[in-house]
Amino acid sequence: MKVLVAVKRVIDYNVKVRVKPDNTGVDLSNVKMAMNPFCEIAVEEAVRLKEKGVATEIVAVTIGPKVSQEQLRTALALGADRAIQVETDEDVQSLDAAKMLKAVVDKEEPNLVIMGKQSIDTDNNQTGQMLAQLAGMPQGTFASEVEVEGEKVKVTREIDGGLMTVSLNLPAVVTTDLRLNEPRYASLPNIMKAKKKPLETISPADLGVDVAPRLKTLKVEEPQPRQPGVKVESVEELVDKLKNEAKVI
Amino acid sequence: MSTLVIADHNKGELAGSTLSVIAAAKSAGGDIDVLVAGKDIGGVAEQAAKADGVNKVLAADNDAYGHDLAENLSLLIAEVGKGYSHLFASAGTVGKDTMPRVAAMLDVAQVSDIIGVQSEDTFVRPIYAGNAIATVQSSDSVKVITVRTTSFDPVAAEGGSASVESVESAHDAGLSEFVSEELAESDRPDLAAADVVISGGRGMQNGDNFKMLESVADVLGAAIGASRAAVDAGFVPNDMQVGQTGKIVAPNLYIAVGISGAIQHLAGMGDSKFIVAINKDEDAPIFQVADYGLVADLFDAVPQLEEELKKVV
Repeated sequence: MKVLVAVKRVIDYNVKVRVKPDNTGVDLSNVKMAMNPFCEIAVEEAVRLKEKGVATEIVAVTIGPKVSQEQLRTALALGADRAIQVETDEDVQSLDAAKMLKAVVDKEEPNLVIMGKQSIDTDNNQTGQMLAQLAGMPQGTFASEVEVEGEKVKVTREIDGGLMTVSLNLPAVVTTDLRLNEPRYASLPNIMKAKKKPLETISPADLGVDVAPRLKTLKVEEPQPRQPGVKVESVEELVDKLKNEAKVI
Repeated sequence: MSTLVIADHNKGELAGSTLSVIAAAKSAGGDIDVLVAGKDIGGVAEQAAKADGVNKVLAADNDAYGHDLAENLSLLIAEVGKGYSHLFASAGTVGKDTMPRVAAMLDVAQVSDIIGVQSEDTFVRPIYAGNAIATVQSSDSVKVITVRTTSFDPVAAEGGSASVESVESAHDAGLSEFVSEELAESDRPDLAAADVVISGGRGMQNGDNFKMLESVADVLGAAIGASRAAVDAGFVPNDMQVGQTGKIVAPNLYIAVGISGAIQHLAGMGDSKFIVAINKDEDAPIFQVADYGLVADLFDAVPQLEEELKKVV
């Protein structure tokens, strides 16, 4: 079966985010960028499916500026067979991203789409579900276990009260949660090999999608800082302050 | 304008989160109807009808909605939602799962996890794990919204007298089936709604040691949470994770034990009223957000804390 994995270039999760002084957004100049951590988990899951003999081909796709090819090369180094870049410098919102991915799905006809449950920049948690709807597929969101069984995929999902397992008809969309797997690192020989793997570049127009943001960001601000606290010397002092100063117990 | 609120419910009870979603919808203005979907949800619909500010409750009682399958629920919401200008749900796992499908069906954007309402089309939401706060305006004809419920004080659960109408349509997309679930059984308060939360991190060393936190939680009537590190290490189950991608909590008192305070964790508890940190590493970032910090070995401090609390609570 063919697996499509969608990946996104985002700010590295260790970087301290700075809001631009003019409040138009977050300062991404000279900031370390990386593959979204949930997308790394998605790539890893696809590679494991291939290692188990379930997947036969892994196609990685991203939407973004030219430099986001770096993240596709990472996916190729981790085990994807080929890559597609939808190149755009626009701010692509979830619905447009889902429409582009739908067009890629129409072309590639994968049996399974795996992607991160959310990107750590916009924290929307939308694109996988929107893609599933547009493509007429079922979805296994927030997955902690994925098992392909014939024409179905069984997905264990992390939900508010615990875990829930669903069985989905294929083709289906799976979005990854943290416990699905621990992504591997790309080895140097695989990084070298990845440079020779096919990477196709297309435009949103090739996919027939007009990038038209529906949401306008009016401003971006720093959160209210917390007032600095104090160190206490002992448990007795702590309990005394909780009772008599904070009055929360 | 008019708003349809999608209710959360659990074991035949209306979830408190729904009262906060109604509050958020109220601040956007307009009439508010509530959709309750599920199996055997008559009691939930009655409870929703008593919530303050509700105009009408629509009850869709059908097997197809019994396990919150997004493929089925989204079809129902899109159908019932016709004619409403706003669709509001909580940003719990059901809302996160379902509402983007609804938005895609309606060809509109979704605004996720809002923490504020500025006007009927302008909303405030955290981005970058809460390290930046964005104000966004939607130009779509229908606003599909999920709400961070800890940011809105719930409306009164009693006092309203809305009518209840049943919705007959049964949408089974035929794409997905429920197999099983493993739900945490606990007499403790719901983590996302508790007044006091005590959480453990990597410093707890193993799952057994969480019993120490349970003893403290018993004294305080607290819920128990965990950092991602503790969940990833297998100390405790996933539903206890507090953080950017786990549960968002904002209790009156949050006690972080053996938690270093990665930004992803702070994103999930930074709005707590009072934060206590107990950690043996005095440079741990958690101390930068703690109102009261205690540099100590948690294995000494937590049993002592239990004893001291017993004296005063």
